[in-house]
Amino acid sequence: MSNLKYRLAIIVGLVLLSIYALFPRDVKTRQRHADGTFYDTVTRRVPLRKGLDLSGGMHLALDVDESKGVVANKSEAIDRALKVVRTRIEGMGVSETIVQKAGNDRILVDIPGIDDRERAIKIAQDQAFLAFQITDKTKALEKVLPRLDGIARAKGIGVATTSGGAAGAKAPSAGLNGLLTSGDSSKGAKPDSAKSDTAAAPATGEISKLILASPYQMPGEFMFDAKYADLLKNFFADSSVIAAMPPGKVVRFGSDSEVVQGSTYRFLYMLDERPIMTGEHLKDAKPSSSPLEGTVVEFTLDNEGGRRFQRETARHVKDFMAIVLDNVVMGRPPVINSAIGTRGQITMGQGRDLQAAQDLSLVLKAGALPVPLKVAEVRNIGPSLGHDSINHALTAGGIAVVLVILVMLVYYRFSGFLAVLGLLLYVLYTLATLAGFDAVLTVPGLAGFVLSIGIAVDANVLIFERIREELDRGKTVRTAIEEGFHHAKSAIIDSNVTTVLTAMVLYQFGTGPVKGFAVTLIAGIIASMVTAIFVVRTFFLLWLNRSRGAQTLSI
Amino acid sequence: MLRILHGTKIDFVKPWRIAVGITIAFIAIGFIMLGVHEARYGSALARSIEFTGGTLMQLQFQQPPDVGQIRATVDAAGFPGSEIQQFGTDREFTVRAATQGDEAGHAVESTAKQIQTALEQKFGANDMKVVRTEIIGPRVGQELTRNAALAILISLGVTLIYLAFRFEWRFGIAAVIATGHDLLSTLAFLAIMRIEVSLTVVAALLTVIGYSLNDTIIIFDRVREDLKKNRTDSLYVVLNKAINETLPRSILTHVTVALATLSLLLFAGEVIRPFSWIMLFGIVTGTFSSIYIAGPTLLWIEHRWPRPHGERRPVMHNPATTPSRPAGRATAGAR
Repeated sequence: MSNLKYRLAIIVGLVLLSIYALFPRDVKTRQRHADGTFYDTVTRRVPLRKGLDLSGGMHLALDVDESKGVVANKSEAIDRALKVVRTRIEGMGVSETIVQKAGNDRILVDIPGIDDRERAIKIAQDQAFLAFQITDKTKALEKVLPRLDGIARAKGIGVATTSGGAAGAKAPSAGLNGLLTSGDSSKGAKPDSAKSDTAAAPATGEISKLILASPYQMPGEFMFDAKYADLLKNFFADSSVIAAMPPGKVVRFGSDSEVVQGSTYRFLYMLDERPIMTGEHLKDAKPSSSPLEGTVVEFTLDNEGGRRFQRETARHVKDFMAIVLDNVVMGRPPVINSAIGTRGQITMGQGRDLQAAQDLSLVLKAGALPVPLKVAEVRNIGPSLGHDSINHALTAGGIAVVLVILVMLVYYRFSGFLAVLGLLLYVLYTLATLAGFDAVLTVPGLAGFVLSIGIAVDANVLIFERIREELDRGKTVRTAIEEGFHHAKSAIIDSNVTTVLTAMVLYQFGTGPVKGFAVTLIAGIIASMVTAIFVVRTFFLLWLNRSRGAQTLSI
Repeated sequence: MLRILHGTKIDFVKPWRIAVGITIAFIAIGFIMLGVHEARYGSALARSIEFTGGTLMQLQFQQPPDVGQIRATVDAAGFPGSEIQQFGTDREFTVRAATQGDEAGHAVESTAKQIQTALEQKFGANDMKVVRTEIIGPRVGQELTRNAALAILISLGVTLIYLAFRFEWRFGIAAVIATGHDLLSTLAFLAIMRIEVSLTVVAALLTVIGYSLNDTIIIFDRVREDLKKNRTDSLYVVLNKAINETLPRSILTHVTVALATLSLLLFAGEVIRPFSWIMLFGIVTGTFSSIYIAGPTLLWIEHRWPRPHGERRPVMHNPATTPSRPAGRATAGAR
């Protein structure tokens, strides 16, 4: 009797523990207002985590990008990058994001509920290397252009002149050199001559004809027709071109463009290679909008950075300072009127909304990535699909449970009823185990759970069949039950061990959804063994106690 | 007491030749299909993008669209040769394209974006939604393939080690051969149905193996127990008895698991359907192999490598078919 009391106490204890594990609790989540400020909200929900395939959201795998140079110690680089990516992703204001290292050279990012794939990739992957560089005052690009033309000719870069069509008749008259003179004389004039040759494609080796002087009196600033952007980008990225550049100078493209008489022009800059300041000393950044410049990001430097910035800018008064983010000049370089201290701002350029400014501030605050990352895997699931999956799984699960209960009741009657009680506890225990271990529910996981309901009764069936055999041999009800449980136990444990082992292997090698499957399977099997061997047996003992001397058992 | 198949005395072992013939024929058909697929599609097994790499998009339309139009739009967007497939209802489709360009930078993303833009222009952004996008880079595809292969090998290895501990080697080998059979016949099933192999399908495959082994273990457990109790009957008889004794249990559990799997197949949606098919087939092949493959193999092994003198008993002797001989002969070897 006391034995029975202990058993009951344990079962009730497990039930209470399960209810506690599953009890809806407050979860603090960070949300973001439309204006970009954060606030904490508290939601009350059952502590079962939904995987991305159920909640909708995005999964990213980022690898070290070695296309621009080999990274010596990948694992260490990934560790540092991990911190940066984590700060950025957490700053997005989506609750329950996961950023973790996988293997030696990969970062996995899970962002529930987000649908904007491009934005998330940009936030995670942008290198965010910020540098302040002074535009070139030595006419370095002009001097090197003939050499560049030579390289272009040797490489056959340029577009066949015939593609110009009718407009091609007008010879591209104004190359850079011609323009420079006109630009010098007519101050602030738009590049008039440019429009005449926009339609005409350059002949091979005429890079110089593509590059036009900027009409704005800024040393080191140039313009080009936007349709040659790819050609020029490829050209300036070429290693022989980089080698031909004057020492200490670099070419960078601008983020802005300008429309002159129906054609779009982009900016190109020749900059001093050495930055007077980098984003390393950036302390804070926040989005703002100014009526004059549109959307901007205001930043604050730390004390050391501020001192250095002041010293450097003092030396460069009246020079133009390009704000270069990931090798792109943001907006147009402002002139340095006087020494700048710890505060400054980055103009976002045209057509960028507040969201872009918010994301940039976020990325700047988190710091630059120590290594460039590339996207190796993206999985993006819409919230509606996840919702459908849950509904489907609930339907399938509900039908499975009803069918299994019917089979057990029809076939085993009263004993079947005890097994069904056990099954209900089984469902409770399994869910509680999942919640307790903070496991993630996924679509395959739910399938595994439904499946395990079918498998869970297997143990009961084994025991009941055994009891029937013992009864057939003429044993008393009590002995038959004892023997049945005793003999079936080893078979139950044995047969489940192989499944648990398999599930463990799956957990080790699977991706998110499959991991979810493995976890539910393991939790399900453990819970089913506990219920079949321990709980249902206690029910039988209880029944035996209440109806002492029972001669028959409904089984 | 409601009983099904109680106290049966079916000779399960006798028709083993027919059973083996059927299963070999099935596996042969499966492998022929693998060859046919190889010739027709260029890949023996349909592998999901998890293994091949590429871009997969699931589209949801308001109205049932014309598949030809989807195909034409995707082709025109610059992705000829993409696979368009209906996914469950006639309003859902998947587009599977090879990812263009390197995985560096945003290039990996642009395939999906271009297809989406083209489709939205054609069908209208309100009438068509992209509900799922999966982009797998080539490196990840290779890794996942390797991981899946490792998972299968290691779980087989772990199971072997367990069986070696748990059972005497003759039983162990019989169980392993039955498991190998399940693996082959499920592969044949995959080929015949041309089910797309994804990680989830690999998970189902491994679960099937565990489940089928479970069945074999239960029968062998009973054989072992009966062998201890009964020292005169031939192994043939003991085995048949064990299968018959565990028959009600087998039927009942398979019915409950099959019911759960059927409801998954019918109601749990398209994503999980391949998984459900494998499980359903696995229940059938697992039951079959536990009875018709594991049992006869055990007999064959016992026959081929007889036990040492002390524990020897007749192996193939079947009193039902051969006129019974004096029981004394059966025990002659023992004691």
